[in-house]
Parts: sequence; C-alpha cells; structure tokens
Amino acid sequence: MPADSLVKISDINFAYDDRDILKGINMDIPRGKLVAIMGNSGCGKTTLLRLIGGQLRPTRGTLLVDGESVPDMNHRELYDMRRRMGMLFQFGALFTDISVYDNVAYLMREHTNLPEELIHDMVLMKLNAVGLRGAHHLMPSELSGGMARRVALARAIALDPMLIMYDEPFAGLDPISMGVIGQLIRTLNDALGATTLLVTHDVQEALLIVDYVYFVSDGQIVAQGTPDEIRASSDPFVHQFVFGEADGPVHFHYPAVPFQQELLRGGARG
Amino acid sequence: MSRKLLDLWVGFFVVIGIAALLFLALRVGNLSSANFAETYPLIAKFDNIGGLKVRGPVKSAGVVVGRVADIRFDPQTYEALVTLTIDGRYQFPKDTFASILTAGLLGEQYVGLDAGGDDKMLKPGDVFAKTQSAVVLEKLIGQFMFNKAAEGTEPK
Amino acid sequence: MAEKGSLAVIELVRSIGHRVNSSVQRLGFAARFFVMILVYSGQSFRRLHLTIREIYFSGFQSLLIILVSGLFIGMVLGMQGYETLQRYGSSEALGVLVALSLTRELGPVVSALLFASRAGSSITAEIGLMKATEQLTAMDMMAVNPIARVVAPRFWGGVISMPLLAALFSAIGVFGGYLVGVVLIGVDEGAFWSQMQGSVDFRFDVWNGIVKSFVFGVAVSLIAVFEGYDATPTAEGVSSSIKRTVVYSALAILALDFVLTSFMFRGL
Repeated sequence: MPADSLVKISDINFAYDDRDILKGINMDIPRGKLVAIMGNSGCGKTTLLRLIGGQLRPTRGTLLVDGESVPDMNHRELYDMRRRMGMLFQFGALFTDISVYDNVAYLMREHTNLPEELIHDMVLMKLNAVGLRGAHHLMPSELSGGMARRVALARAIALDPMLIMYDEPFAGLDPISMGVIGQLIRTLNDALGATTLLVTHDVQEALLIVDYVYFVSDGQIVAQGTPDEIRASSDPFVHQFVFGEADGPVHFHYPAVPFQQELLRGGARG
Repeated sequence: MSRKLLDLWVGFFVVIGIAALLFLALRVGNLSSANFAETYPLIAKFDNIGGLKVRGPVKSAGVVVGRVADIRFDPQTYEALVTLTIDGRYQFPKDTFASILTAGLLGEQYVGLDAGGDDKMLKPGDVFAKTQSAVVLEKLIGQFMFNKAAEGTEPK
Repeated sequence: MAEKGSLAVIELVRSIGHRVNSSVQRLGFAARFFVMILVYSGQSFRRLHLTIREIYFSGFQSLLIILVSGLFIGMVLGMQGYETLQRYGSSEALGVLVALSLTRELGPVVSALLFASRAGSSITAEIGLMKATEQLTAMDMMAVNPIARVVAPRFWGGVISMPLLAALFSAIGVFGGYLVGVVLIGVDEGAFWSQMQGSVDFRFDVWNGIVKSFVFGVAVSLIAVFEGYDATPTAEGVSSSIKRTVVYSALAILALDFVLTSFMFRGL
C-alpha cells in the first residue's frame, strides 16, 4: 500500500446499543484508487460509509480523512469536509420534488455563488458525462432505476469531490445498466482524479473495475487483495462469495435448533 | 410550477388573508368606531355596581363616549372604584351625574353620564361628585314588598 | 393462579412505565427539535423562496376547504342561531352570535383542525417519505442541513398560513351567516351589522382569535414536521406518523384552546 492514503481507518469499533456492528476494522484507501468493500448483507458496510461521512461516530478507534480526524470534528468542520465528498445512495435518493436538472444543480446553488448561466453549463456537462443530457427536464419519477442511479451519480460529482462513495450502486439493476454504471464509476474516478470507495455485494461487477478489495464479514475484515489475488484466493469465505455458493463459511440457515428436534417438540405439544 | 407563478399565488393568498383580517377588524369588529385615539380617565365611586364589567360601554345621551377600564374595591370606604376612559373629544361639566343603567330589561349594564350645568369641566383623573348605583332586582322587590306590607298595616 | 395474576400486574406496570418513559423521551426530543428549528430558521429565511413555496402548499392549497367549510359553518350558525334567538324575540342579535362564535372559537379551532388534516398530514407524509427514501440523509451528506432546508421552511409556512386561514374562515363564515340570516330569512340588515359592530371588540375578540390561531399554527406545524422527521423510514412507519399528526394535532388544538380561552376570557 502506498503511504499517501486519503482515508485511514485503524481499529474502528462501532456498536448500536449493545449490538456490535464493527469490530476492529483497519483500512487504507490510497489517493486516486478505486477500492471496494464487499460482504454479505448486514455486515456493516453501509455503517462504515456513515462513519467516514461523519454521520455516525465510532465507539473506538481513529478515522482520518485527508489527514483530519472525522470523529473529532464539530458540525461546521464536518460540513466543510462533506462538501469535498460525493455520495451515491443505495436507491439514488434523488430529490423527488425537483427535476433532474435541479437535482444536479442543487449543490452548486447551495454551496457556490456561481451565476445561473455557468451552473447551466456545468449541469449539462455533468449530465453529459453520465449520458443523460437529453433527460434534464424529466422528473425523478419518470426515470428508470438505472437512469435514476446515473442522475444521482451526476449529482454526487457535481462539485468535483475528492472522495466519492457508492453505497450498493448495482442493487436492483439489470445487467446492461450494471455494466454502464460500473464503467462510469471507473471513468469518473480517473477523469476527476478522485478517490472512490465502493460498497457492494456484486462481486463479479466490482472485480472488473476496482483496484483493491476488502472483504468484511461479521464486522471484521476477513480478506483483502487486488482483484487478481481475490480470484486466485483459496480462502473459503472468498471462494464462497466470489462464486456465489449457497453454503460455506457463511451459512444458509439462520441459527436455530436442529429441525428434527423442533418437529419432535411440536409433535409432543400437539 | 414556475417560481413567478408560485409567488403570484402566494401573494394573492396573503392579500386576501389580510383583507379578511381587515374585514373582521373594521366591519365585524369595532376598530373603526370605538377605538378612541385619545382618551382620559375619570373615576366614579358606586355603592353597588351590580353586573357592570370591565370594557362595558360608557354612554351619554345614548352615544358611546368611553369604556369601563377598571373596577376595584376600596377597602377604606367600602365602595367600588370604577375607572372610565373617556374619548378625548368630549368634555363633561364638574357636576355630571354618573349612574349605572341597564340596556333593556335584562341586557348588559353600562355607565350613563348626565351632563350638569357647571362651567368648569372635569379634568383627567377627577372623581364624579354624584353617582347612582345599579338597581339590584332583589333589593327592588324587597323594598316593594316592604312598602306593600307597611301600606297594609297602616289603616288599622 | 395467584402467581400468574401478580405476574400479569407486574407486566402491566412495567408496560405503563415503558410507555411513560418513551413518551417523555419523545417529548424531550420534540422540544429539542423545536429549538433546532428556531436556531436554523435564520438560514431558511435567507432563502425566502423556500418558505414562500411552503406557504403555497400549506396555505394557498388549503384555501378551498377552508372557504367552503367556513361558508357552510357560518350558514348553519345563521340558521340555528336564528331558530334559538327568535324564541326570545332577539333575532337582531344574530350578527353578534355568528360573529362572536366565529372570531372567538370556531374560526381558529375549526380552521386549525382542517389545516392539521389537510396541510399537516401532507407535511408529515412529505418529510417522512423524504426520510424513507434517504433524501434527508443524502442532504446531510451533501453538507446541506435538512432542518434548515426542509423542516424550518415547512414549519414557518404553516405558522404564517394558519392565522390568515383562520381570518378567512371567520370572514367567510360571517358572510355565510349574513346570507342565511339577512338574505334568506330576512333579519334586518342594519341591525345585523350594527349589533355585531357594537358587541365585537377588535382587541378582545378578533385579536384574541388571531393569537389563538397563531398558537395553533405553531403547534400543528411543529407536530407535523416532528412526526415526519421522526417517522420510521418504512411505508407503515410513515402512515402511522401521518395518523399521529392528525390525532395529536387535534388533541393539542382542543387542549390549547381550553387553556388559552381560560386565560383570555376569564372572569369577564
């Protein structure tokens, strides 16, 4: 790993009430790279993004973004940092009451004093980058899932952020849209000179575009490596995950008493 | 919807809302007539005010010339101290007679002012020299029955 | 058996305690939320068009229901009032009856109840859905404060709209009473208006009614934005928040009305 990392996470713990979500995560996200965090549903990936964005505070550990400690920031410092971040939410989270154009223009109007003509050009440029310049007048309700995701992507990069975070960008998309989004994530990262953090469980799609992968399971990092290393890995968890096997280290069944026993008990009661 | 159209409708809404307020103030309420620009206080002492209430009208010759501002009990004289605010346009002579009257048979009670003939006028804060208390129905009936009883016994 | 009974009692006490605890907690959260709205209001007033937009949605769009209900309530008051008053031979006091009941009570209270179910519920639904679709989180992540940007304008839009709607309700109600009393039944027009003017005091009756509707506006708007913001981000969560907005608003309006009335019209 190169020394210059944009996000540096060491020994992060996080608990909701008494439930441990993250248990001692260490992670380095180097500048300019596209890093994926993978894991099965509910393993704390989204929580990790929230921690980096400062919406949640870790119970223990240090978290540095661009050399500054996120958990120690006050409200104003957090907002200053978030202006340099772009985030794509799971289902886009477009503002449904304004048009595609206004969605993308939102941050420019909110955080800059640019004249409206300049904003107009910038919005069309961003929409062009995701291939939706022609759809600028539509409302979010008129878009398909894949298009909405692309608009949200254009909104996330509106202010040329240094760090772009994606929360399940592939969820619920058809294969074509998936490929489109995947390529966009890669090209936008390289074109903007940004750093990208991708949270997903779509292994095949992600392995095509990322530089480095972390596997998270049960709040811990269980494997990491470049896509080639991952494909070649003999780790049973990685193997199960990459090839989508139903049973392995991650069990198909939710923990329960053996079925036979339960049936017998039920019979006794009846 | 464009912002201009939206502004227009909101402007329309606010204008008719304020128009409704003005209607309530001027047409329904008494802001146009009974809100005296300049007033001065006068004090009247009554043995009994009956059902007189704060904000009740003060009338002279049937015209509203002021309002009852305050009613208090005077522990020294055991009288009611009634403060009236009178429209600054009207002056009353020193010997004006203040009485508590009832509008109609069972209507609200008000203070009536009967102007006297004195040359000097009442100044702000002055006290009425002559007052007449409210007529209390029970007392009236009691008096009437007493008189009747007295009449009945006399000839014997 | 007895043991089972005592267990049930303990369980009952425990659930009551739990309910009290959580409602006090919610109340505290609501109070803190109110303070936050006030703190971030400056930010939202600098973008006045946000608040103007909300006045359009909660005020202007409630006009129809307010005007129609006001007109009908005024007409019913005229009819019922005449029926009662003419028994005592004082049908000229119809104007007083209609105007006083509208400006003091019915105008503020009924328009606030209508406002809660028309505008309050839609504010809750809007904010709740924004929360359910992560729009509020997205806003926060984009360094835009959702309280300043989404909540405060809706709150102020409601607070500004409410007194205007109540005034419109009372005004059209008086007109409705006039229609039935004077035009339809034939009460003397001069007596209708002059008795009304003689007995309705601006400061005492009209102004107190406006103060009431302002207080109701604050209460309903706060409940609406709070329930939306506090909604469980699911479809059922949002729908039960909407239900709570309407129920709590109605209760708050009626309770506040009692308190305000006893302060305003006490001993007079």
